[in-house]
Amino acid sequence: MTDPILSARDVRVTFDIRPRSAMPWTPSQKLKAVSGVSFDLMAGQTLGIVGESGCGKSTLARALIRLVPAESGQVVWMGQNLLDLSTSDMRRVRSDIQMIFQDPLASLNPRMTIGQIVEEPLITHHPEMSKPDRVARVRETLDRVGILPNMINRYPHEFSGGQCQRIGIARALILKPKLIICDEPVSALDVSIQAQVVNLLKELQAEMGLSLIFIAHDLSIVKHISDHVMVLYLGNMVELSSSADLYATPRHPYTQTLISSVPVADPRYVKPEVDKIVNNDLPSPINPPSGCVFRTRCAHATDLCSQTKPPVDDLGQGHLVACHHWKTVPSLGS
Amino acid sequence: MQNAILTQTETAVRGRSQWADARARFLKNKAAMVSLYLLAALILFAIFGGQLSRFTIDEIDWQMLGMIAELGGPSVENGHYFGVDELGRDLYARTLLGLQISLMVGIIGAVVAAIFGTLYGAVSGYIGGQTDSIMMRTVDILTSVPFFFIIIMLLVVFGQSILMIFIGIGLTNWLGMARVVRGQTLSLKNKEFVEAARALGVPTLTIIRRHIVPNLIGVVVVYTSLLVPQMILLESTISFLGLGVQEPQTSLGLLISEGTSTMQYGTFWQLGYPLAFFMLVLFCFYYIGDGLRDALDPKDR
Repeated sequence: MTDPILSARDVRVTFDIRPRSAMPWTPSQKLKAVSGVSFDLMAGQTLGIVGESGCGKSTLARALIRLVPAESGQVVWMGQNLLDLSTSDMRRVRSDIQMIFQDPLASLNPRMTIGQIVEEPLITHHPEMSKPDRVARVRETLDRVGILPNMINRYPHEFSGGQCQRIGIARALILKPKLIICDEPVSALDVSIQAQVVNLLKELQAEMGLSLIFIAHDLSIVKHISDHVMVLYLGNMVELSSSADLYATPRHPYTQTLISSVPVADPRYVKPEVDKIVNNDLPSPINPPSGCVFRTRCAHATDLCSQTKPPVDDLGQGHLVACHHWKTVPSLGS
Repeated sequence: MQNAILTQTETAVRGRSQWADARARFLKNKAAMVSLYLLAALILFAIFGGQLSRFTIDEIDWQMLGMIAELGGPSVENGHYFGVDELGRDLYARTLLGLQISLMVGIIGAVVAAIFGTLYGAVSGYIGGQTDSIMMRTVDILTSVPFFFIIIMLLVVFGQSILMIFIGIGLTNWLGMARVVRGQTLSLKNKEFVEAARALGVPTLTIIRRHIVPNLIGVVVVYTSLLVPQMILLESTISFLGLGVQEPQTSLGLLISEGTSTMQYGTFWQLGYPLAFFMLVLFCFYYIGDGLRDALDPKDR
């Protein structure tokens, strides 16, 4: 097995929260957005990250490339820890790691033409390139993502959401990066466009040997694109496994609930019985539950769960579960 | 494939920028367009109107002295189109000069305040944190110093001159601009396109220049166009108090002040002409400002 292209170790992100009424001397509260997440990403593979809103998916992605500062941990990218690099060294690495954002239109500067937007990475990282060379690259890249290159002088508001997302992809692709972090790239698009964009990403991945980190809350799309899937809950990794394994035999009670909640387009399909989530409110990440963070909503919680944080157990073949009771929790459908 | 790309080069479509849309909306706004033409006419008049004048600003028409209320009224025959002031000087020439100085104070003052305020606000808002706190507290402190006190101090210490009025007015009016711009920057810097630029590794100053400032221009332009009349009013107030422009120079505010003091002798033209121009200028700027605001963010209407 080869070395991973990116490996995160125990990444923690904490935000200081100061209530509006706080006095200058009152200590600020800590919001643990990501509390100790580790994973490996192999070259050319896709890691899906799923979880409900506010579980730290986007924060984790941003911490990897230092858009938000990580409190501790390591992000090793081809042998160097990104969290330790100087700003100028980090700038060099940024040409290899690109990002695609959730809101297609908001991620494009409304005052720039799409040509200027897609050209910006080249200007930033290859200032020595001549203008005609740059324009040629921009046209080529736009053509690759299915935008007519003669639209180069148009402005973002003249395009549809799906087209804007393609432009965003072109901007991410133009430097020929090795990794693209996709932060819910399709959740703002309608279903038919979602499929187009996801398929485009898959094609590009095959063509250019890209690695992807794909964040979404739509489980079926993640299943379609990912080699491995990580499930986050309240800033903690609860389960990480190959995509096929995770969907066939989810072991963590939270993953089971998530997967059983995916609607199936078959009227005769009978959903397997799963122990329902007990309490519907997500606990506050400012004051997370002791021990296992999921215990307040888990049907299988015992005293042990409130006392110690569950260790990450390896079930073999890279299937990791963080639950005290994974052996006794009934598996899905049985 | 390469060929296909090349052939499309010739037919590259021109996009409609938000500026083009805004211009189209502005051109449709009748009140704003009339004001714009009127203002252009006023500016041309201020620059070239002097050609028609038969007198200079400080020339005293001795024949009029003592009988200004009877003879000094507006008349085409004796060359005093707007009449004479109480010292027998030609009011047409003086109103023109007043118009020039008031427009200059207004436009230069507002532009200086706009440039400085925008840069200050954008840097403060974008960098954030401690820097932002310190920069904005500085603004708060400067705002709370009484404005007239500063101007009077400046004029007393350095002597009365137009330059001092520029400095005094400019010194205080960028503060409001800095606040407005900072607020706008705070909402812009969390937009995804700024995050995208940061993820790309674009340097901070380039982000401010390329992504923040162009998106601020709408707000800045509107605010500046509303700042111009404010500046003109301020200059008038200062001149009205006798602290502004010095004789024989004059400004619209000073002429109005003189006009009011001689109103009781029946020489209403001495107040009427400067006041008419003053109101016309303010009117134009307010309507243009409104038009710009409607054109640049149509959602806020």
